Amino acid sequence: MNEAVLNELAEPPTGVNAPPETEDSLNIEYTDTVGQPMCENAKFRTKNVNVFYADNQAIHDVSLDIGAHQVIALIGPSGCGKSTYLRTLNRMNDTIDICRVEGQILLDEQDIYAKKQDPVLLRARVGMVFQKPNPFPKSIYDNVAYGPKIHGLTRNKSELDDLVEEALIKAGLFQEVKDRLHAPGTGLSGGQQQRLCIARTIAVQPEVILMDEPASALDPIATAKIEELINELKENFTIVIVTHSMQQAARVSQRTAYFHMGRLIEVGETDQIFTNPAHELTEKYITGRFG
Amino acid sequence: MSLENTENSMNNTELVKQSLKKRYIKERVFKLMGLFSIATAILFLLILLVDIASKAMPAFSQTKITLPINLDAEKLGLDVSSSKQDMMGADFRTVIRAALLKQFPEVTKRKEKRALYSLTSMGAEFQLRDMVIENPDLLGQSIEVDFMADDDVDAVIKGSIDRNLPESDRRVKDQKLSWIETLEQSGQISTGFNWHFFSSGDSREPEMAGIKGAIIGSLYTLLVTLALSFPVAVAAAIYLEEFAPKNRFIDFIEININNLAAVPSIVFGLLGLAVFINFFSMPRSAPVVGGIVLSLMTLPTIIIASRSAIKAVPPSLREAALGLGASKMQSVFHHVLPAALPGILTGTIIGMAQALGETAPLLMIGMVAFIVDIPQSVVDPSTVLPIQVYLWADSPERGFLAKTSAAIMVLLFFLVAMNAIAIYLRKKFEKKW
Repeated sequence: MNEAVLNELAEPPTGVNAPPETEDSLNIEYTDTVGQPMCENAKFRTKNVNVFYADNQAIHDVSLDIGAHQVIALIGPSGCGKSTYLRTLNRMNDTIDICRVEGQILLDEQDIYAKKQDPVLLRARVGMVFQKPNPFPKSIYDNVAYGPKIHGLTRNKSELDDLVEEALIKAGLFQEVKDRLHAPGTGLSGGQQQRLCIARTIAVQPEVILMDEPASALDPIATAKIEELINELKENFTIVIVTHSMQQAARVSQRTAYFHMGRLIEVGETDQIFTNPAHELTEKYITGRFG
Repeated sequence: MSLENTENSMNNTELVKQSLKKRYIKERVFKLMGLFSIATAILFLLILLVDIASKAMPAFSQTKITLPINLDAEKLGLDVSSSKQDMMGADFRTVIRAALLKQFPEVTKRKEKRALYSLTSMGAEFQLRDMVIENPDLLGQSIEVDFMADDDVDAVIKGSIDRNLPESDRRVKDQKLSWIETLEQSGQISTGFNWHFFSSGDSREPEMAGIKGAIIGSLYTLLVTLALSFPVAVAAAIYLEEFAPKNRFIDFIEININNLAAVPSIVFGLLGLAVFINFFSMPRSAPVVGGIVLSLMTLPTIIIASRSAIKAVPPSLREAALGLGASKMQSVFHHVLPAALPGILTGTIIGMAQALGETAPLLMIGMVAFIVDIPQSVVDPSTVLPIQVYLWADSPERGFLAKTSAAIMVLLFFLVAMNAIAIYLRKKFEKKW
């Protein structure tokens, strides 16, 4: 992502001072997804996914591939279904009684909504970081060790110690907390808590990490650290990140998917989406004319 | 009215100013009313406590009469090698009577003798017997023993019987009063802390009646209640909150749990009588039945408290656990339950305190019986603290008046202690997130 584009995003060009357009004034015509929703070397393949909350349809016919070892950003206005879509990927929506998912979601070509797929096993492979940092009210060590413990990933205490240390190092938190591993995790600052949550997720050694607006509750410095971390993590993990901040999407992701009203409007290389969006809605959103 | 109109907004300031005064007066009146209500409540509480405490005071001290006793082994028919059985059967009463007669040799008439013998408690001979059984070497010796005084003597010494009343209006007659005064002058009457009250069971004699039987009975009953209601209620609350599907049947169960909390407690007593005693032939007057009945009563309280505690655990905690691949069960037992524990424990202890003070259902299952023995297990007949209060309040002897208040104080002490534990546990397990 080049500087010019970032600057342009930060300060919308003059002439965009017209009042924000509403849903009606946009006169949207929903078409099939524009761009390249498919990709080679996909970790996740989702085909014609529909999600309903009771009778309300939250996601309409979304087909999207998520490439291995890269970061894909899901952007879009509030209530557009990007979080809902994210939560279908590790079946977190199962916890909501009225939620129903249709379509095919394949992880390594295996349907994760198949009867024989165990949601617990799936969530061990597809970890999740939430919008608000939510460490357990336990020590920093116990927070990170919890996942490996319940899955039986280590054979003894020293292995577990090593794993915890490794996860904390990868999350860039080890230097800050190495002297107080047994202090409560809830006593850390917001940004540290979120990195602790990422460390906790990494410790289970998942293949995919889902991040639901991981920096929305953080200050700019903590956000920068998280973004840096995401860039490092993509070497080992496939990352799907939902974000409200277009600058963030531009900084951390390789591909970007734009959602609108439960529909996937456009998918493409991040550079292309932010410099040359193909769809009118995408363009209006990234230039800040509504959202 | 246009908002830009300056004149109007001036008027608005005036209007706000006028209404401000009214608002502040309302606020002050409300505050005063609140303060007044609190003051009234505290006043009544104080009156109650002072009244009970002042009435209970006499029960915590006991008058004693010191008598020189000659433990004549031959008269008792005992020697150092006598078995415990023999000692139990020996006639210690005559020894005490002899001591009293020696003290007041002028008494010769049968009627007067009987009055003289009633200076010491009926329990005096057992007191002496127990001393000798514990230390057989005392046989043959002359010793001084502090005997428990009869409740009438006790009442005279503590002033609850007025010595200046004319004899006809007085329960203790002139002759007896003169004996008491003689003993007083010779320093043979003393008062001490009434340990007996805390170490013995109930009795028909006020000076011998103790609270221990009721305390142990309450303890056993509460143990059974806790053992039954805590696991069942917490399991029910977890199931209803975390696992139960949302359907009509579950709604129906929820409504009925709330209804159960409002059922008059005596109904549970009737149920206990009909089902546990009559149908299952469980023992009457036993803490085990009392505990079962009380746990039926406390179940809804604990379930409701536990459910709201579980509901208050932030969903983000559950999601965090599930997101790491914990099963539903693991997320509940590793994270939700520990976070909800302070609330659950508080609810449980409130339920227990309620059970401790409950009387009506226990009347129905026979725990109102007069029981002297201290229960040794949950199936022994026993009574509980509130029923002991009821039983003593029902007795005509003056000595029981103080005992009743003292029993209330013991009950209140346990209630306050339980609430203190509840607060301590809540503070201890409370965690911030």
